[in-house]
Amino acid sequence: MYLESIGKYALMLKQVFKKPQKTKIFWENYFKEVEDLGIKSIGLVSFISFFIGGVVTIQTARNLSNPLIDKMYIGFATIKSIILEFAPTFNSIILAGIVGSYIASTIGTMRISEQIDALDIMGVNSLNYLVLPKVIAAVTFYPFLILISMFLGVFGGWVVGNMTGMILSNDYLTGIRYMFDGFDVAYALIKTFVFAFFIATIPSYFGYYVKGGSLEVGRAATQAVIWTSVNIIVFNYILTQLLLS
Amino acid sequence: MIEVNNIRKSFGDKKVLKGISATFETGKTNMIIGQSGAGKTVFLKSMLGLIEPDEGYISFDGRIWGELNLEEKRKIRKEVGVVFQGNALFDSMTIEENIKFPMRMFTKMSPAEKKDRVNEVLEQVNLEGVNDKFPAEISGGQQKRVALARAIVLYPKYLFCDEPNSGLDPKTAIIIDNLIHDLTVRYNTTTVINTHDMNSIMEIGEKIILLKNGYKQWEGNKSEIFFTDNPDLNDFVFSSSLFKKVKKLVQKEGHFE
Repeated sequence: MYLESIGKYALMLKQVFKKPQKTKIFWENYFKEVEDLGIKSIGLVSFISFFIGGVVTIQTARNLSNPLIDKMYIGFATIKSIILEFAPTFNSIILAGIVGSYIASTIGTMRISEQIDALDIMGVNSLNYLVLPKVIAAVTFYPFLILISMFLGVFGGWVVGNMTGMILSNDYLTGIRYMFDGFDVAYALIKTFVFAFFIATIPSYFGYYVKGGSLEVGRAATQAVIWTSVNIIVFNYILTQLLLS
Repeated sequence: MIEVNNIRKSFGDKKVLKGISATFETGKTNMIIGQSGAGKTVFLKSMLGLIEPDEGYISFDGRIWGELNLEEKRKIRKEVGVVFQGNALFDSMTIEENIKFPMRMFTKMSPAEKKDRVNEVLEQVNLEGVNDKFPAEISGGQQKRVALARAIVLYPKYLFCDEPNSGLDPKTAIIIDNLIHDLTVRYNTTTVINTHDMNSIMEIGEKIILLKNGYKQWEGNKSEIFFTDNPDLNDFVFSSSLFKKVKKLVQKEGHFE
């Protein structure tokens, strides 16, 4: 059954990645999707990132209480945790929930209300028309979203460190610059690119092939979130193994 | 003209279409009637290419659907207008955008030409001043008119309507029926209507096909309905006491018009 679904998903992608029938309409849909899937998520991602940064700083500071360890390592550990894991993976799982359910339910509703049939009968490649702008919007915009998340996470750590007195500003700033490796950011962006692809395509698959009524659309949205999250977690491991080991 | 030749379709063990042949004429309102579960929707979807029949073929003015390549099929699809049972209007678009959509996808018309055509078809379906509204903001009858306007905007050669009167009050239903008939004559389309609404059949049924249990049971027009002794047709059409009385009256007069 799983193999059948993977095959169907692959065939769906084959239809999605075709040249758009009308380039102008594709770009209009692309910018609409950037707004729906990306810009509307900035607020939540920023809010979460800021506080996660603060929490990571507090937890690291508590675990590095040995007076022989330089305080700047709190900043060092915070930036490493945020860039390598929290910003790309944590945020992608959050986005899988918000955006994934939105994609699956909108496409699923279009399916059960025959809007997709209407597109097909008109001679429009419905998968290409509906899904391609979402995929391109996600893979091009989410890296920026994750960069914002990284910045705000590190900033949140600095604010909380200062507020609680757990680390001095200078120590924190020295720590976040200590042994900074640009590849960490590249690694995070590569992961984000892959996760963004899943966030756009897996919910589209569940929405597009839904059968039945509103209850089934709800179930499809739930399934979409579950399977997108599972794929993010599994591929997080695979990519980490490939890129960092 | 659409020609359907001996099409059969099964879903698992269940045989839904058991060898149906029919011809749907150009410039006429052709109706497919039958009880729920008779195979009407599968038959219509087979004609629309949404369901692949197991056997038989469907031909659009000599072009056999199953023998066409993807590009030729797309070309025919552009000649098809469809009014879905639930209207299938794109709810993220305004009424004007809904009607413009096929023109934007498949023509190189200028914005002004598209706007003019939108207003023209809205006028033809007697609906004006709703251009900037969304489908959810207008009534069911108005949505049906918009669906019709979108279906005819590219001057279709073939017009398919699935239960066009479902959910409409009797007066609005008759207005929609007459509109479909007028548009069929105006655009000389091959119109196929899937219905079980007796008023529609009596109003615009120029050619009627009765389906039952996956078979074609009867074929004729709205006048012939009153003078046939086909038991399946009589059982379906004249099941209500009102229509039984109408039948007696028409038979007494000797004609229906």
